[in-house]
Amino acid sequence: MSWILLIVLVAGCYALKALGVTTLGSVIETKLGPVVVLLPPALFTALIVVQTFDEGGALVVDARLAGVAAAALTTWRKAPLIVVVLVAMGVTAGLRALL
Amino acid sequence: MGSIEQRNQGDPRPYRRACLIMGVAVGVTGVTFGVFADAASFDLPRIVAMSALMFTGASQFAAVGVISDGGTGAAAIGPALLLAARNTLYGPVVRRVLPDSTMVRLGAAQFVVDETTAMAAAQADRQDATGAFWLTAATLWLSWNLGSVAGATLGAVLGTAETWGLDAAFPAIFVALLATHLRTTTGRIAAAAAAAIALGAVPVSAPGVPILLSVLAVPIALHAGTHRRRSTDRDPGSETF
Repeated sequence: MSWILLIVLVAGCYALKALGVTTLGSVIETKLGPVVVLLPPALFTALIVVQTFDEGGALVVDARLAGVAAAALTTWRKAPLIVVVLVAMGVTAGLRALL
Repeated sequence: MGSIEQRNQGDPRPYRRACLIMGVAVGVTGVTFGVFADAASFDLPRIVAMSALMFTGASQFAAVGVISDGGTGAAAIGPALLLAARNTLYGPVVRRVLPDSTMVRLGAAQFVVDETTAMAAAQADRQDATGAFWLTAATLWLSWNLGSVAGATLGAVLGTAETWGLDAAFPAIFVALLATHLRTTTGRIAAAAAAAIALGAVPVSAPGVPILLSVLAVPIALHAGTHRRRSTDRDPGSETF
């Protein structure tokens, strides 16, 4: 990848971030107000779904789902974050080693 | 904002431990990025430039992936920017925890990514949200860059990230940070609708698009919320940042 293209990528990624916290963010804040608090549950649930089921554009059920289910269970039981993460990794890695 | 009175009684910065855990996970992922980019013939200056300046992991992996599969540099731009577009949607969320200053916003913009937004949005009061955003930003920028350089120079010595279940660490972190947003009925409806939208979109759209489409869950939740509102429900603006 040439330096020119890399600079285009850097500028594009920054412009997308900056747009959200400046002009576009200001418009959304004015028009939608408190509705902005519904963005995190929507966006992060979608992110979790993608990270759990997406494998090259196909929906796949694999060891990740068991790890994420374990994360949901430990979160519900109010476990500390380190426990949630280690249990999720352990369940996923363990299941992979077995299968 | 109900916990303002409580915040000085416990840990003054309750997000520090979560931030450290995230830093470790991101650092290890940075190592896998460095290894991957090095294998795709990216030199060290380019790898450093990507991690320090692009600083958005999914887009960096996508760009290197296109090159690694034999694609041109120009072909890598579109997929990388499409994955970065969700950072635009995080803007309005992060904006709420920043002071009213264009210079600060433009400086903070570089660090508006999945993890910093999720950490800021999970805090109960504004001061914690601001602190969590900046501490996560600094921790992740350092760990992501150190990891990238380590991966690029040391090479694949640790086995793959999958062997260690690291690919489950990120959704697990986001599950934990999501919990606070599921306390309201509208938050739960937004999450359920977003899950359905993302599941439907993954097989039929380009990487990055399912998360962009999930914003449609917000009007769905609002519409459903106005029909199902009970007296016990709090205002959707009252719980978190």
